[in-house]
Amino acid sequence: MKITLILASLGALAASAIFLEAQEQIGGTIIGSKQKSKIAVIDFRGVGDAQKLMATFNTTLWDELNGSGVLDMVGKTFYPLEVPQQPQDFKPPTTAAPLLRGGQPRIEKHGPWLTDWSGPPTNANYLAFGYTAVQDGRLLLRGFLFNVGQPDVNSADLIHKLYFGPLDDDGAKKVAREFAADILQQFGVKSLSGTKIYFVSDRTGNKEIWSMDYDGSNQKPMTSYKTISKQPAVSLDGKMFAFQTLVKSGWQIMVHSADSGRKLPFYNFATSTIETPEFTPDGKHMLFAGTVDGWLQICMTDLNGGNLTRLSHVHASEVSPKVNPKTGRDVLFISGRSGIEQMWHMSIDGADVEMVTNGEGYVANPAWNPNGQFIAFAWTRGFEPGAYNIFIMELATRKTNQLTSNSGKNENPWWAPDGVHLVFQSTHGRSTQIYTMLADGKHQQQLTTQGNNTQPVWANGIN
Amino acid sequence: MRNLSRTLGTAVFAAALMISAAGCGKKKVATTTPPPPTAAPSGPTEPAPAAPLAVRINSFTGEPASIERGQAATLRWSVGNSTDISIDQGLGAVAANGSRQVFPSQTTTYTLTAKGGNQDTRSVTIEVSSSVPPPPVRTTGARISGAEMLGREAQDVYFDYDKNDIRADSRDTLTRDADLIKRILAGDPGFTIVVEGHCDERGSEEYNLALGDRRALAVKEFLVQLGVPDDRLKTISFGKERPICTDQNEACYQRNRRGHLAPAQ
Repeated sequence: MKITLILASLGALAASAIFLEAQEQIGGTIIGSKQKSKIAVIDFRGVGDAQKLMATFNTTLWDELNGSGVLDMVGKTFYPLEVPQQPQDFKPPTTAAPLLRGGQPRIEKHGPWLTDWSGPPTNANYLAFGYTAVQDGRLLLRGFLFNVGQPDVNSADLIHKLYFGPLDDDGAKKVAREFAADILQQFGVKSLSGTKIYFVSDRTGNKEIWSMDYDGSNQKPMTSYKTISKQPAVSLDGKMFAFQTLVKSGWQIMVHSADSGRKLPFYNFATSTIETPEFTPDGKHMLFAGTVDGWLQICMTDLNGGNLTRLSHVHASEVSPKVNPKTGRDVLFISGRSGIEQMWHMSIDGADVEMVTNGEGYVANPAWNPNGQFIAFAWTRGFEPGAYNIFIMELATRKTNQLTSNSGKNENPWWAPDGVHLVFQSTHGRSTQIYTMLADGKHQQQLTTQGNNTQPVWANGIN
Repeated sequence: MRNLSRTLGTAVFAAALMISAAGCGKKKVATTTPPPPTAAPSGPTEPAPAAPLAVRINSFTGEPASIERGQAATLRWSVGNSTDISIDQGLGAVAANGSRQVFPSQTTTYTLTAKGGNQDTRSVTIEVSSSVPPPPVRTTGARISGAEMLGREAQDVYFDYDKNDIRADSRDTLTRDADLIKRILAGDPGFTIVVEGHCDERGSEEYNLALGDRRALAVKEFLVQLGVPDDRLKTISFGKERPICTDQNEACYQRNRRGHLAPAQ
């Protein structure tokens, strides 16, 4: 018995070592963190009534930049005492004659200068600064981004822009996010502003489909069927969402317009269970799992449910088909063909079937990175065998990272449109809430608090 | 009145003392000693019994007190210290103790009179209803009774972890369930039953919905083999959506891994 235990723990150690090794290799690849730029972000101040909103503004700006994972935030304790609020505040130092004959020429300071920020102890590459004020009853932000490594103000100037928002906390968040998005764009980061997270919430007493902004704001119900509605999926263009709902005759898939909220036609073929809807990237077909000959099988139809094709023909339960957004041909799905549920791959015509995971533990919720090369999924292996945790995998090499551990049950990962962030659900005790994090598992942020919130899907905004 | 309330008050107090003494014997010692109960005042004395034997009707009843026309009711009586006893309504003289069946055609009051040194009378009334209203029409009677029968008598069957095989212990249960369904269908051939498949909380929601689907289909197939018509059975999987209990132990998991029969909506 003891020997078995020792062997088991040795096995677990070996497994952990493999994960650790892989951890180094993928996390950075996805985030692209070779050498992160160091940025200093001053505490912005506001004129008059605008000052009351500055706590919200400063927190939002810092979190947005920090959460991107592409910048190294310089701690505020390292900042110079003289802080610029506009470009005019920068005063180049002048040199004066040395006090003693033959001595070094003296440098006379006249105000803040770029080298205050680029030199020690701050050692920043970039500086975000500015201020806010009230104009015509609106909140006005003057936002600047300087490359403090440059020799003068003109060449340092990267962003020099005005932002407007309502004179309240939401307005402060809005201008902070817009400014952050402009800064991040300088570093090649795709803004998540305008993207939506669809999810399931039971806060009204029934499970309904809800949506919210990428940072958890603006949470609102998208359905009101008052039964059980879950498993949301969104078309790549963000214009339609599908979900599974319980009606009198059983489970059905429904498709709604994201814009109007109206129900679109979808014909459900008569069977006992239909679940896990998925749009093809071209928005012309639906994939789902439906009971055929006594087993849930992967099926494909037209967008309206017509022209049913069965993609799998096995005596095993198969669910959760997910189509590669880049190729439109590769399908990941969960199958019990090998005994316990694992992640499998097939092409959209049902050919080229192979197991992607290694046959151990239980696998669920495959999700494609927008680049079609990385995937995320939930698995009961890794550092904490038995509990579901979030993993990512580079499909070509099968290298795997574990992103969550020792934090309850973590499921339903989904990639953000920027390909760098993930959203997922985490269960601690009896409550399940939605969190975001970076692809290296860092910067976890809780987005929901009311009721239980599950099955998040990160969708592109409607253009 | 004042005496009575004092007596009651004292009794309640005494009872409370006894309860607290019994309940807290070891645990607590009262910090303040309550005053002792006051002595109960003596009650009124019983009156002395009367010396001569008075005529007295001990009882006079009519059962049942209400009948339909044509049905019988029974009068019973018991009289002490009298030999001159009679009942009106034509029944005449009767013995000291006795009974008599009566068939009143309308509501009738019977009066018993006993005479001796004194006279005692007592009356009973038998109500007679001429016409009884018919029972309500059974519009959905069979449907409701089928659902009720199913709810009362059908038993759940249980499954092993991650399995949908009908276990040996479920075969007898399903045989009884099949007989029940056939009885229900005999009374209401249009009755439809939903076979529900349920799972424990382990595993993903999506895969559990598939497993619950397999379990519901397995139960349906077994019932069909026992002669239940295929078209009277629908299936639905709830996966882990509707657990009976939410504890995280095998006893609870087992209760949730079940097949359940419910009337179709």
